[in-house]
Amino acid sequence: MIRKDFRKNWVIYLIALPVIVFFAVFAYAPMVGVLMAFQSYQIKGGIFGSPWVGFKNFLDFFNSYYFGRLIKNTFLLSFYDLLLGFPAPILFALLMNELRGVKYKRVVQTITYMPYFISVVVIAGIIKDFFSSSGAVTLLLGSITGSTSNMIGDAANFRGIFVGTNIWQFLGFNSVIYMAALAGVDQELYDAAALDGAGRLGKAIHVTLPCIMSTIVILLILRIGNLLTVSFEKVLLLYAPSTYSVSDVIMTFTYRKGLQEFNYGYSTAVGLFNSVLNFLMLISANAISKKFTETSLF
Amino acid sequence: MSNNTEYLSASNARKSKSKGSLGSRIFDVFNVALMAAISYACLAPVLHVVFASISDPVRLLSHQGILLKPLGFSIEGYKIIFDNDTILMGYLNTIFYVVTGVLLSTTLTVMGAYALSRKNLFWGNAIMFFVTFTMFFNGGLIPFYIVVTALGMYDSRLALIVPSAVSAFNLIIMRTALREIPDSLEESALMDGAGHLTIMWRIVLPLAKATIAVIVLFYAVSMWNSWFPASIFIRDRAKYPLQLILKEIFVQNDASHVSHSSSDTTGINTDVFKMLVKYCTIVAATLPVLFFYPFFQKYFVKGVMIGSIKG
Repeated sequence: MIRKDFRKNWVIYLIALPVIVFFAVFAYAPMVGVLMAFQSYQIKGGIFGSPWVGFKNFLDFFNSYYFGRLIKNTFLLSFYDLLLGFPAPILFALLMNELRGVKYKRVVQTITYMPYFISVVVIAGIIKDFFSSSGAVTLLLGSITGSTSNMIGDAANFRGIFVGTNIWQFLGFNSVIYMAALAGVDQELYDAAALDGAGRLGKAIHVTLPCIMSTIVILLILRIGNLLTVSFEKVLLLYAPSTYSVSDVIMTFTYRKGLQEFNYGYSTAVGLFNSVLNFLMLISANAISKKFTETSLF
Repeated sequence: MSNNTEYLSASNARKSKSKGSLGSRIFDVFNVALMAAISYACLAPVLHVVFASISDPVRLLSHQGILLKPLGFSIEGYKIIFDNDTILMGYLNTIFYVVTGVLLSTTLTVMGAYALSRKNLFWGNAIMFFVTFTMFFNGGLIPFYIVVTALGMYDSRLALIVPSAVSAFNLIIMRTALREIPDSLEESALMDGAGHLTIMWRIVLPLAKATIAVIVLFYAVSMWNSWFPASIFIRDRAKYPLQLILKEIFVQNDASHVSHSSSDTTGINTDVFKMLVKYCTIVAATLPVLFFYPFFQKYFVKGVMIGSIKG
């Protein structure tokens, strides 16, 4: 069967080949590479010549001073980001949907997308600028609180600034998909709701929200599946030793251990721990959603 | 614009029917004001940077707070950055990475998506799983780093282009779009004796132009903004992309706040100009993307819709 198809359609298989090779080399080979997590990896020996150490790297990590702090930081940063960053675009889309002027709506949309396209390097630079001791936001808040110290270097403010600026950057873009889902809501449902005496709030709650619920659930599952990756690059650009107590997350720790201290085996173990945890969260979120909302990713 | 207006006007039609009660009208006023405030909040930091970049450097240095208009006028900063070899080199490198990266990425993605969009492909589902799984699980930073260096790409421009060439997400968007094209078109072409390559090139791709535009843009923006792979794989400064140079300028700016050390890699020494140069580089690195995105906005909307709802 397959041989026959192969003979007839070999060009198709040839066309598919580069992509398959790409994923095999750059996604699956590193997955095999996680074996390093169980080795005391030496650059000279490579993965085939380094001594095996079992779960030593993992145990070292679990017993290290940093373990509790990293778990706490990663979870809290992700959790706040989810708690505030997930509903914000939904609310924004609902409010946008209530705007009457088409042109105004389009202008608002175009402007609020914009921050999405700014690179994370520039975002981090602007954040450091605005929250520095003489920064615009520091001065603005300073006029209320009376203190003008470098906010981004202060551990107490790190999470707030991180999550707040994430919302700022992704509010408009993340609302796009909800706007699209809102456009698909059946007009007759609104008319029926109006006949039943529903006002605008009533319509939004009883018609709009249920109609876009499956989109919301799918995006929530996807988001949970990526929860622990945080915005690794942004943390890396923003954090400093003075804020490590709240800003150091599993991925930045992996980066420092691996690429700055060349502790490859240990760093891989920590990274693997993060990947597995992430994956388990995705699976559980999907399973829970399947049970309660009948919407699921797979 | 038409794709975008479609749903905008649909939702608007139902609003205009009833102007509603007093409460409803108060809400409208509040809503319009809130949206204006949010838009301003999105715009203000960007305007601040643009205004700062054309301000008089001496006045800029002593200014505090957000800029609502330029402080005087000077294009000194832009003169400096376009005279600066490091920054100019970074700019050219970025353009090179974007052009070659987008070409490679789009070609591979379209080829893979075309093959995977065929419903009678053997192991088609298995291959899709093979691709999708990579979105949710990965080997982590170090194994990836080791694979790329083992392939001899350390300190090579290839390291920025090849290892990130195909995004599973874009592949799925593309495949979904190609699946929408009716099979009958391809079948009749096959009957007429056209080969798969001809069909792909002549029939399928022209029908998927909008989606191809979307993935070209996704790839271009992400390559333009990329800095992390360069920071771990590239040692030779002559190969640095603009974003990485920008990052160094920021780090030096932070350092100079503390120590007032004036040694730096871009060779721009006076503190007066440092701030100006920072803002000018931000503008130069960001403006191309910001300038283009409104024109492609409708494609982005479309791409996100296809990718997330159907995919």
